[in-house]
Amino acid sequence: MVNKITYKPFGNKAILVEWNAIISEDILNDILKFKHKIAHQKKEFYTDLVVGYHSLTIKYKEEFSNFLEEVNFLKSIYISDVKIKKASNYLWEIPVCYNVKFGADLEEISAKTKLTTSEIIQLHSSKIYTVFFIGFLPGFLYLGGLNKQLFFDRKPNPRLKVDKGAVAIGGEQTGVYPLNSPGGWNIIGKTPVNFFDVENDNPCFAKAGDKIKFVSISLDEFYEIEKEITENSYKISKTLLND
Amino acid sequence: MIKVLKAGFYASIQDKGRQGFASIGVPVSGVMDEYSANLANSILNNSLEFAVLEITFGGTQLQFLTDTFICISGGDFSPKINQKSILINARISVSKNDVLSFGKINFGVRCYLAVKEGFQSKKILQSRSFYQNITDDFIIKKNEILPVKKIKAQLKSTNTSVGILKSYFKTEEIKCFKGPEYDLLNDDQKKQLTNLLFTISNDNNRMGYRLNETIKNNLPSILTSAVLPGTVQLTPSGKIIVLMKDCQVTGGYPRVLQLTENSIGILSQKTTHNSLKFTLISI
Repeated sequence: MVNKITYKPFGNKAILVEWNAIISEDILNDILKFKHKIAHQKKEFYTDLVVGYHSLTIKYKEEFSNFLEEVNFLKSIYISDVKIKKASNYLWEIPVCYNVKFGADLEEISAKTKLTTSEIIQLHSSKIYTVFFIGFLPGFLYLGGLNKQLFFDRKPNPRLKVDKGAVAIGGEQTGVYPLNSPGGWNIIGKTPVNFFDVENDNPCFAKAGDKIKFVSISLDEFYEIEKEITENSYKISKTLLND
Repeated sequence: MIKVLKAGFYASIQDKGRQGFASIGVPVSGVMDEYSANLANSILNNSLEFAVLEITFGGTQLQFLTDTFICISGGDFSPKINQKSILINARISVSKNDVLSFGKINFGVRCYLAVKEGFQSKKILQSRSFYQNITDDFIIKKNEILPVKKIKAQLKSTNTSVGILKSYFKTEEIKCFKGPEYDLLNDDQKKQLTNLLFTISNDNNRMGYRLNETIKNNLPSILTSAVLPGTVQLTPSGKIIVLMKDCQVTGGYPRVLQLTENSIGILSQKTTHNSLKFTLISI
């Protein structure tokens, strides 16, 4: 598939590359392929390569002197056929306790969708979600793949504080709050897993292109895993993805 | 070492910020007014990468627990050492137990306190810039000890200030490039954006500045995509937000303008009720 992509200046130190404005895994994969090629060829010229649903923003260290020249160079990288080893992507299994103790909005969703709470849990934890990118907060994963039956509007009045680890649904998306934060999504559970930890060399274990599966756990298991995490003895279960 | 006697309104240690962590959602942060922070570091012959203390509106009181040299640039909040006025934009020799305080606000919103060799607080993700959830604190606190190096007084204070352009603090002109979604605006909207004299609302901080005036907006939200410090967003209600150094890495509002780096600094010296005008420049 040949994707139609466009290049726009984003100030004089960044270039925005855009694909068709749809959310699709094909586009994500094309973005990641391009990102990887740029990372391989232009490492000393940029500070960040920021992925969005249908975009890649290249943040340069210095102002570029000639936008069109830079674009032509990027185009040649895009069509180049170099074989570089892609970064490995993983499927991460994230334990989630969907107990009403944590899932403050489970009952409201259940009442309005006519699904029982166990059906909601089943629908939410049976899907494999794709990490499109990370934004909003450090370690906040934008996940694709929520079952249509679980689409649920954001709260009209956001909560002033949503707990770190809260698993929530906002419109057509689901996600995990990596830090305590104000937030308007509907909370259905909580994970003891850290999605952002500055003490780690790699503060966020996941990256764009990875997959996430939520695994339903009991309250007892939640506290047990939480303890293992504070003792540094917990490892998130992961599987290498082939592509 | 420096002891914080009074924290003041909002003061934080900042350097050039965190580059290279946007793909895990970490904001850039760093000094809001690079021009002034660079000036303070330059006058002390520091590297421009060294961390400084960004002090908003004064109110802060600091006691030096060691000899060193300092320089204050940016906003003029009538700085004093032991109640005696000192020059801004000048090298000042301070001794152990000296107390730095501030008084009347003459101009500007943020001043930069540079110390010889820079503040030595812990680097996290390659930067000393304070940011909530990344560094331990996001502002300095009363009785906190800020680490700095002891510098033996081989030099005296300078008697003259380095001259700065007053226009930097007075101009209402904010220079911008067209943003990625600028071309989606109709002619009326484009005109309003560059002809209106905007005023700054009381919702202005290191994350962003919200402006009071509205522009009739019919643009839909965009698919979440990168935003940068200096990105001007047009919200569904027609309000304008100018993103600043602590902004998120992604956003979903149309990005209609992008400030030049110098204009981010100019804007950061403005506050509630101040006015500004966007001027387009080309790449």
